[in-house]
Amino acid sequence: MPDYDPVAKDALSPNVLDAARKDALAAFGAATDLATLALARTAHLGDRSPVALANREIGVLPPQARKDAGQRVGQLKRDLETAYAERRDVLESERDERALRAEAVDVTLPWDRRPRGHRHPLTLVQEKVADVFVAMGYEVAEGPLVETEWHNFDALNMNADHPARAMQDTIFLDPPSRGRLLRTHTSPVQIRALLARGAPCYVVVPGRVVRNDPIDATHSPVFHQLECLAVDEGLSMAHLRGTIDTLSQAVFGEGIVSRLRPSYFPFTEPSAEVDLVCFVCGGTAGGCRTCSGEGWIEWGGCGMVHPRVLRAAGVDPDRYSGFAFGMGLDRLLMFRHGITDLRHLFEGDVRFSEPFGTEV
Amino acid sequence: MRVPLSWLREYADVTAPVREIAAALVRAGFEVEQVEQVGTDIRGVVTAEVLQIEELTGFKKPIRHVRVGTGDAERQVVCGAANFSVGDRVAVALPGGELPGGFAITARETYGRVSDGMICSARELGVADDHTGILVLGDVPLGADVVDLLHLRDEVLDIAVTPDRGYGFSVRGIAREAATAFGVPFTDPGVAAVPVGGPGGPAVAVDDPAGCSRYVARVVTEVDATAASPVWLQRRITLAGMRAISLVVDVTNYVMLGLGQPLHAFDQSTVQGRIVVRRARPGERLRTLDDVDRALDAEDLLITDDSGPIAIAGVMGGQSTEVTAGTRQVLIEAAHFDPVSVGRTSRRHGLVSEASKRFERGVDPDLAPVAAEHAVRLLADLAGGTPAEPGTDVDARPRRESIRLVLAAPGRRAGRDYDEATVRRRLTEVGCHVAGADPLEVTPPSWRPDLTEAVDLTEEVIRLEGYDTVPSELPAAPAGRGLTVTQRARRWVGTALANAGYVEVTPYPFMDPTALDSLGVPADDPRRRTARIANPVSDAEPVLRTTLLPGLLTVLLRNVGRGLPDVGVFEIGPVFVDRAGEPTAPRVGVAHRPSEDELAELDRALPVEREQLGVVLAGAHERAGWWGPGRPVAWVDAIEAARTAARSTHTRLTVRRGSVPPWHPGRCAELVVDGAVVGHAGELHPRVVDAMGLPPGCCAVELDLHPLWASAATVVRTGPLSTFPPAAVDVALVVADDVPASEVEAALRAGAGPTLESIRLFDLYTGDRVPAGSKSVAFSLRFRAPDTTLTDEQVNGLRDSAVAAAAERTGAVLRG
Repeated sequence: MPDYDPVAKDALSPNVLDAARKDALAAFGAATDLATLALARTAHLGDRSPVALANREIGVLPPQARKDAGQRVGQLKRDLETAYAERRDVLESERDERALRAEAVDVTLPWDRRPRGHRHPLTLVQEKVADVFVAMGYEVAEGPLVETEWHNFDALNMNADHPARAMQDTIFLDPPSRGRLLRTHTSPVQIRALLARGAPCYVVVPGRVVRNDPIDATHSPVFHQLECLAVDEGLSMAHLRGTIDTLSQAVFGEGIVSRLRPSYFPFTEPSAEVDLVCFVCGGTAGGCRTCSGEGWIEWGGCGMVHPRVLRAAGVDPDRYSGFAFGMGLDRLLMFRHGITDLRHLFEGDVRFSEPFGTEV
Repeated sequence: MRVPLSWLREYADVTAPVREIAAALVRAGFEVEQVEQVGTDIRGVVTAEVLQIEELTGFKKPIRHVRVGTGDAERQVVCGAANFSVGDRVAVALPGGELPGGFAITARETYGRVSDGMICSARELGVADDHTGILVLGDVPLGADVVDLLHLRDEVLDIAVTPDRGYGFSVRGIAREAATAFGVPFTDPGVAAVPVGGPGGPAVAVDDPAGCSRYVARVVTEVDATAASPVWLQRRITLAGMRAISLVVDVTNYVMLGLGQPLHAFDQSTVQGRIVVRRARPGERLRTLDDVDRALDAEDLLITDDSGPIAIAGVMGGQSTEVTAGTRQVLIEAAHFDPVSVGRTSRRHGLVSEASKRFERGVDPDLAPVAAEHAVRLLADLAGGTPAEPGTDVDARPRRESIRLVLAAPGRRAGRDYDEATVRRRLTEVGCHVAGADPLEVTPPSWRPDLTEAVDLTEEVIRLEGYDTVPSELPAAPAGRGLTVTQRARRWVGTALANAGYVEVTPYPFMDPTALDSLGVPADDPRRRTARIANPVSDAEPVLRTTLLPGLLTVLLRNVGRGLPDVGVFEIGPVFVDRAGEPTAPRVGVAHRPSEDELAELDRALPVEREQLGVVLAGAHERAGWWGPGRPVAWVDAIEAARTAARSTHTRLTVRRGSVPPWHPGRCAELVVDGAVVGHAGELHPRVVDAMGLPPGCCAVELDLHPLWASAATVVRTGPLSTFPPAAVDVALVVADDVPASEVEAALRAGAGPTLESIRLFDLYTGDRVPAGSKSVAFSLRFRAPDTTLTDEQVNGLRDSAVAAAAERTGAVLRG
């Protein structure tokens, strides 16, 4: 048994314990930072704190008094630990909050270190329309920009004296007598596709074409077409209409109907112009600027492939028939996006493509 | 073709309003571009008689003060014309009235007198183009409304006729279509039976029946060529879009517009001897009516007399036999000339006339005598002429063969059924003679030379029944194979470059060949093998481009000029290198598939067309901002653009030092795929930058995309991923300045062996701490074994063998 210290014994007196509690709670509450709180903890819960001293005194008490004293001291210690922990949590979160606040940034700052790039709307629309056809089972066929007269005219039922040849202002390589020209339409690729694949043949041909037109807001000597060609057994104009309807709705949306007007192209018989109901005014016309009040927009030309064209490409016209449909993509873009000047498509001003980005 | 509705209604009994007629014609394939209302803007113009004329003097031109009477009233009018006398009847616009163009008439003071109205000219009334004097009317009632009297109110259909439908260039042809569309009677003005041809007619010989299958000549004597065309005649011609000129000419034009048969009128007294239709002889010339002296080509078909050529057949007459005011005897020619011959001659001489336009598209060969008769009658009626009988008709028309048409053929082509009665009725409406059962024996009418095979007949049936009655049905195409590797790869490249900050552009494929000089392209470079354009869009760019760079650099400069100095643009497009020699596309037939040799020969005539990628960039590659300073475009950005393109298709692109114009010889990378050089990238040569006025430091890439497409990975192979820990080790090596880092890296890679997972150059140093003429390159190597944790000894061993390989291959020394 250690020496009995009557002074120390006072440590267990309720007055002393109450004072210790009061002092400790005051010290914890007064601590405004974690360091001060740590010091307060050492002072009020540490080895030399009143609680520790009281705890030590319990041993010297007579056995019958120990239980009561132990409970009182234990309760005090637990209360103080809880008070400390609560205060520590408060101070810790205050500290964290301060730190996070200090680390906060302006998230609205721009990050345009590198400019955004864009694909050209003409490329995007060619891909988009081609995809509609690919989904119908067509394949994308391509051909050269410089063509022979045979591919561009002769094989398409336009011999040298054909009046329709004058309809197309052809750009020839020099000298013209060598029969080399810039294709005036994507139709020579029909011939190439039929020669390469034979029948049946379902292809779509997007591409650049050239005619000797002056450059202005609505004309460009270089422009773009997309045409489809289907050659198979039993194909009819009904199939042509169905294909056009499917395409126009895929490109312009549900409810866009088409109309076929009889026309003339040497490579198709029958031939037709394709009009679309104006997708701005819906055909109600009036003062619509897009369709000039007509209610219809000229979209392209189409028809049943002329037997002579099939014959020139080695396809038996008695067994196979086919249809073809071609449209101008530049016009389509102008209508679809409200482009007011065709030259924007070719000048390469980087601001022009910006709204399109990588349009999906 | 402009068709006045009043004229059309003379032949077709259509009562529908003009809008409906226009819509029906469009539905039948005749594009009505415009419907013009005429005469609706004329009000308050009445007939009046000239009662008294006072000549005013003291003005710059003769001015008359005229008293006119409208029957119940008289008024004073000032007039600047002098082609009328007292007693003439004229058209007077009264104050409060209105003339075409919103021209309001008021009483006003002019030339010191009050003018209480205006005496009108033919042009002011829209009757004709004549404005040389006022319109003098014949014997007309006084005070009558001129609009009603002269039938000034009309509607004109302006129709774009497709080149296959020559008959559409006549009121007759359009009226037939309108009658068919509305199912109303059609009175054909082109089928009247007329007696022509007989001994004693004008002497005509046709030497070339293939070029001229029919030649009708009629003579009218005692013609008063000075007689004025009646107002109705002038008005019809004017509304139809031609100018009234003189009575004889107006009559021939009127018949042509109505029937579609071009006529020519010769002054018979100037024709010497016999008329011979033949091809031109060497050295022959003709001064045509447009006052051009033309050298004739051996292929030109001519009308000649004893003196030589007097007209180019079907195109234009000659001056020497022109009808003039003094002409008394008129020879009317109504002929049928070969469309191809007329077309060639018209193009050869750059001379398109109303006649040539029609002949080229096909004129009804049966029309000639009918049209000639019409003209002769009109000259007799209007010019006091006397027809000289008989006429001459040299007739060598070929027999029209019939076409066999399977009854079901139109339905098969349309995708719906037409019953037999419908097919027969439609073909008959077109004018065909239909015989036989199935197949039908169909003989097309004389005015439809475009109907030559069964498919042409099916079109007529489908067209007249209406394209809108064709159902809509989607065909079941066989399963396709989707996009090709090239097509997919092209999309990847474009998307990758756009995502890397570049903007796609699409300049024209033309080039100014002197751009190659600015680029410093040597004379023997393939880029000099340009294909020249015969008729370029712009004389400044007369060749096809052999490189994408000039077009892209122009775009770059345009952007800089528009205040956008930081530009990175790219194009994926073709360049054209012409073949040596004189590549010529052979003339191949179209009756069947050409042979493989012929097809190959056709393709060999074309320039070699290669799809390339071009990128040009200038200004800031990275902009300055709140994050710190920016960074100008550098050679490395160009090379990275090329790598980005190659990476997007999984193509292994290696970069070597290169030196090719227009690049800076020390800052040019040669781009290599599968051992072949495919292009270049880097900074442009300072001289090029100077010569083209480019921003300093401008960089560019041009590379051939075909090798990228060819080596694009479609199946990427992978191995297992090791989960053992990696071991990283850094090495700094000193090598000579001119040793490319890529070679050091390749040597390290080879020496390190298969456990090297990655290698990356992380530092480059030149300066005092390495010997002069050398540089330090530092690499991080990461090793990882598939099946074990590498020990320190093993890693050190691997590093040593990597360094040893670098030392051996590149002379590298491990830096202390």
